[in-house]
Amino acid sequence: MAEFDYKLVVGLEIHVHLAARTKMFCGCEMAYGEQANTRVCPVCIGMPGVLPVMNRTAYEYAVLTALALNCQVASFTKWDRKSYYYPDLPKNYQISQYDLPLGGPGYIEIPLESGRTKKVRITRAHLEEDAGKNIHTLGNFSAVDLNRAGAPLLEIVTEPDMNSPQEVGALARELQRIVRYLGVSEADMQKGHMRFEPNINLHITRDGQLHKTPISEVKNLNSFRAIERSVAFEAQRQLNDFRETGRTLKMGNKRTYGWDDVNQRTVLQREKEEAHDYRYFPEPDLVPVEMSADWLAEIRARLCELPLTMQSRFAVEYGLSDYDAGVLTADRATAELFDRAVKAGADAKRVCNLLTQTGLKIANEKGCTVGQLGVDAESLARLAAMADGGEISATAATAIFVEMIAAGGRPEDVAQRLNLIQKSDAGEIEAMVDEAIAANPEAVAEVTSGGKKSKKSLGFLMGQVMQKSKGQANPKVVADILNQKLGL
Amino acid sequence: MAGRIDEAQVRHVAKLSRLELTDQEVAMFSTDLSAIVEYIEKLNELDTTGVEPLAHCLPIHNVFRPDEIKPSLDTEAALANAPQRHDEYFKVPKILDDGSGA
Repeated sequence: MAEFDYKLVVGLEIHVHLAARTKMFCGCEMAYGEQANTRVCPVCIGMPGVLPVMNRTAYEYAVLTALALNCQVASFTKWDRKSYYYPDLPKNYQISQYDLPLGGPGYIEIPLESGRTKKVRITRAHLEEDAGKNIHTLGNFSAVDLNRAGAPLLEIVTEPDMNSPQEVGALARELQRIVRYLGVSEADMQKGHMRFEPNINLHITRDGQLHKTPISEVKNLNSFRAIERSVAFEAQRQLNDFRETGRTLKMGNKRTYGWDDVNQRTVLQREKEEAHDYRYFPEPDLVPVEMSADWLAEIRARLCELPLTMQSRFAVEYGLSDYDAGVLTADRATAELFDRAVKAGADAKRVCNLLTQTGLKIANEKGCTVGQLGVDAESLARLAAMADGGEISATAATAIFVEMIAAGGRPEDVAQRLNLIQKSDAGEIEAMVDEAIAANPEAVAEVTSGGKKSKKSLGFLMGQVMQKSKGQANPKVVADILNQKLGL
Repeated sequence: MAGRIDEAQVRHVAKLSRLELTDQEVAMFSTDLSAIVEYIEKLNELDTTGVEPLAHCLPIHNVFRPDEIKPSLDTEAALANAPQRHDEYFKVPKILDDGSGA
């Protein structure tokens, strides 16, 4: 069989739960893991005669996210009903935005493994309400919990600009980082705060002709690993399918798959023929939204420096490796802690090491982020300055940092308490050097004669002085004085 | 009757709406709905050149509420009208789809 070139083409549809305290159109509290049907009211269980009212915070979170994704924010939007006959949304329609979404075309920049970045175009972003949860444990029946019904959900649709499973994974992770920086979503994958649906096909060139394989949509992925693996699996499956059948994309042969995590494969889903006949029409119960320039400016003012911008700034301005910059910008509090410490005068590399090595280890043990360890930027900067100035050793800096996290306190006080201040007083150290020289004439002779053991002997003398100081002498000062005395 | 809504369309919409219609009802709705559509079509006679599309019949916009928690229903009250329940859940005929396609 003739071989051919092919390109993987993936677009994403993403649903993000916005972290408002209440639902999109009623005052029910947003809660996860609560007892079923305890966060429901006549509006979200679809009782007749009730009226939805928009949640301002959720709307502004959606606009803020759209701005961060470089989307054009519409000055006029309205709501539509999407017909949806399932018991998990008992009104029999979902309130959504059809032809006038709040966010128009934009783009998201994602980091690639090569250290470069790629722009993926955003088609649109719109607000809608989530459905409840169906639980299938009752044989011929399903159990329905409507606590999630009506949750504010931002749907983001990308253009098919991703060309590898890694790029799809990178976009998912970058979007999670962005919405967390903005504080608009907890974006906890395990709680289903973010759900991903990749649309996947291959563009195959054979004998100078382009063939497109039928598009597969994989539904409801909620782990980064599942996203990457399902895309990789589909790419291979479609390639095999094309080799065997030569099937190509036609109107209406898009198919829906689920991801079987146990067997690590996609599974074709049985779908009702008319499932996609949504019959959208304008929602008469909600009035339109007009976004004034003032209001938009007010929301825009809440934007923060975005993670990828910060990451590349840390690499360029502070000379960090891309890896370290990535670790520090994983969450906003950690990134800002680091940034403020450096701006307060600390050496970037030293603070980076304290945070990414010691800090990260403790944070992982505690199940929090480095930024939540309770050490403020000013203290961190002073700690770094003490190490830079030779007041404390690098090892001591780590020990002090650990103690500051455990018990709090200023770095100077902690250093005193732990007896970790280095002696740099030349007079005191000189006396100790003199004693060491007097007590070890053989070693001195070895050093001054420049024999092959001279280096080792110098180290021995150095060790003698450090021992006398109980490890508290500044090694640099000791070395200087020792060298001077021995005429090196 | 010129039948703007034929019987096949009635059956399709009925299926989408989870409605079970008898053949007699299908015929009846085909006639009735066609008459309604025909009546509404009168609007097409109106010249709307230069008229802005209307998204809503009320001349107001931006009706928001603050993001404040209001008491939810008691679970018993929420389930009171449910034809069937299972513990604190609504119990419904098995759903084939995963149902989370919203």
